[in-house]
Amino acid sequence: MKTYVAQRLGIAVLTLIGMSMVIFVLLRLAPGDIVDILFSTAGYVNESEKAAIMKELGLDRPYWVQYLEWMRQMFVGDLGKSYRYDIPAWDVIRPLLPVTIELAILSLIVSVALGVPTGVISAVKQDSSLDYVLRVVSLAGLSMPSFWLGMVIILGMVSWLGWIPPLTYVGPRENFSGHAIQFALPALAVGYRSSALIMRITRSSLLEVMREDYIRTAWAKGQNGRVVIWSHALKNAILPVVTVIGIEFAFLIGGLVVTETVFNLPGVARFLVQAILWRDYPIVQNLVMLIAIVVILSNLFVDMLYGVLDPRVRYGS
Amino acid sequence: MAASPVEARVDVPIVSVRPAAPGSWTTLGRFVRRKPLGAAGAVIIVVMVVTALLAPWLQTHDPIATDAAYTLGKPTVDHWLGTDHLGRDIYSRIVHGAWVSLLVGLGSTLLGSVLGGIIGLLSGYMGGKTDLITQRFLDILQGLPLLVLALVMSASLGPSIRNVIIAISIPIIPRAARVIRASVLSIREMQYVEAARALGVQHLRVAFRHILPNTVGPFIVLCTAQLGSAILVEATLSFLGMGVPEPYPSWGRMLSVSAAEYAQKAPHLVLFPGVAISLAVFGSNLLGDALRDTLDPRLRGSR
Repeated sequence: MKTYVAQRLGIAVLTLIGMSMVIFVLLRLAPGDIVDILFSTAGYVNESEKAAIMKELGLDRPYWVQYLEWMRQMFVGDLGKSYRYDIPAWDVIRPLLPVTIELAILSLIVSVALGVPTGVISAVKQDSSLDYVLRVVSLAGLSMPSFWLGMVIILGMVSWLGWIPPLTYVGPRENFSGHAIQFALPALAVGYRSSALIMRITRSSLLEVMREDYIRTAWAKGQNGRVVIWSHALKNAILPVVTVIGIEFAFLIGGLVVTETVFNLPGVARFLVQAILWRDYPIVQNLVMLIAIVVILSNLFVDMLYGVLDPRVRYGS
Repeated sequence: MAASPVEARVDVPIVSVRPAAPGSWTTLGRFVRRKPLGAAGAVIIVVMVVTALLAPWLQTHDPIATDAAYTLGKPTVDHWLGTDHLGRDIYSRIVHGAWVSLLVGLGSTLLGSVLGGIIGLLSGYMGGKTDLITQRFLDILQGLPLLVLALVMSASLGPSIRNVIIAISIPIIPRAARVIRASVLSIREMQYVEAARALGVQHLRVAFRHILPNTVGPFIVLCTAQLGSAILVEATLSFLGMGVPEPYPSWGRMLSVSAAEYAQKAPHLVLFPGVAISLAVFGSNLLGDALRDTLDPRLRGSR
């Protein structure tokens, strides 16, 4: 087990180094550099000023030096300085983190709470009209852009309930119910969309398990139908679902990017979009790296979870 | 007592060993009957393609002509779906948006799937170290959330239709490579491949002429499934202001303008472009699911 964890951690670190290279190269693919973009919005180019900015940002050095410098900063936890705010990036990002983490966890809960039961019902009632309805509803969730879903939810709340989304973030301590509504709606929008994947994999995985001998045995001995499905079958069917929840996390973060923008939540994902629009590349670089680390860690966590959920899975060798 | 193989063969009329290949209409009819949802998806996609191709004839107004006298107009006989904040006709913009959406969706799907497919084919056929290194590299690309990768790419390349297509195709590459590699791995072990090699056919020729044609099924399934997600990513990028630039009407950008200021005053600005995006993606998802059930032999019967 220990060697397995060490091995997986090693691969994770290598993958992260690879990702950092990809991100670094992608952001430098563009013709011209950050300074050109800064000047093109200003409408003129002042050569000496340009050289000064290049030097200040360290852009006059060769690429490999820039890359190593970035890696060094990442290693000591220095996220660089924001162009826009002119303060350390970490000070900008830190207050935004709780918002995104809360929203991500709530969305994950919604997607599992919606996806697993509907997947089970759909599998048990295979090919019935209920199965068709559930599949179409879940596929529709996968097809609607989450930002649009968010907009429609807000519109509906406004016109039917007269609820107007607060323009600013409401903290949980100052106004708990306002805070709850502010988070419940986006969590519902993101969670519904993500639940589609979970529903589909639960359904197909359960259908497969239900054909196995031990399930037939359970039916044959007269076991209660609910126990057979929810306890016997689901226990084995849940493994692929857990994998998907791990992969889901990456998918969910993509959904957060636009949902935070639509619901006006001051989170990291919305900040990423703003940083890209402002061409605040040091921040973009580090935020994407942060996302990559979260995704890799969640996948690692899911792999470790296997051993706990399924005693047959043995690590090592 | 079992009949000897020789005797058994005598009884079987050779002509009927292989049933006559069903005509394409019969195949289509069977598909519609067995996969009604898939057929519905196909209809949606066909309608979208026809709309995109006939956009100049289907429009009722110039999609980029503004009308200061009639902004944020409600749907009327003249403007079927109303007008936006600049007085542009929403119906005509949605019709032309189908063209943009389809161009970017199909373009990026094909680009990403072909590049990924070639990588998957070579990686799967060669195996060994090449395969291992390629797979690790694909892990790296796939580890980044699709939207974030496309967002960074698009921001870095700058706004243009060509760049949006490239930006969206990059995240598709690892997904396509995985699918094609998996099917190459099983085809590679088949006897006819071994026979081709024994006859002295070159490796590249075996890979491209003998193995590649058999990956067409998974490839079509892959493309259909990715088309929906590509359309969605294009809409999202345009919504965030990093997708298809003006003056092309894009469904995603139509939403971004209306979202900010006019949603309350004119809900139809939010409703119609979103319905168009959802329908297009829904159609390709439905079709993709049905095709996967039909064409992918590994999933046949298991669903």
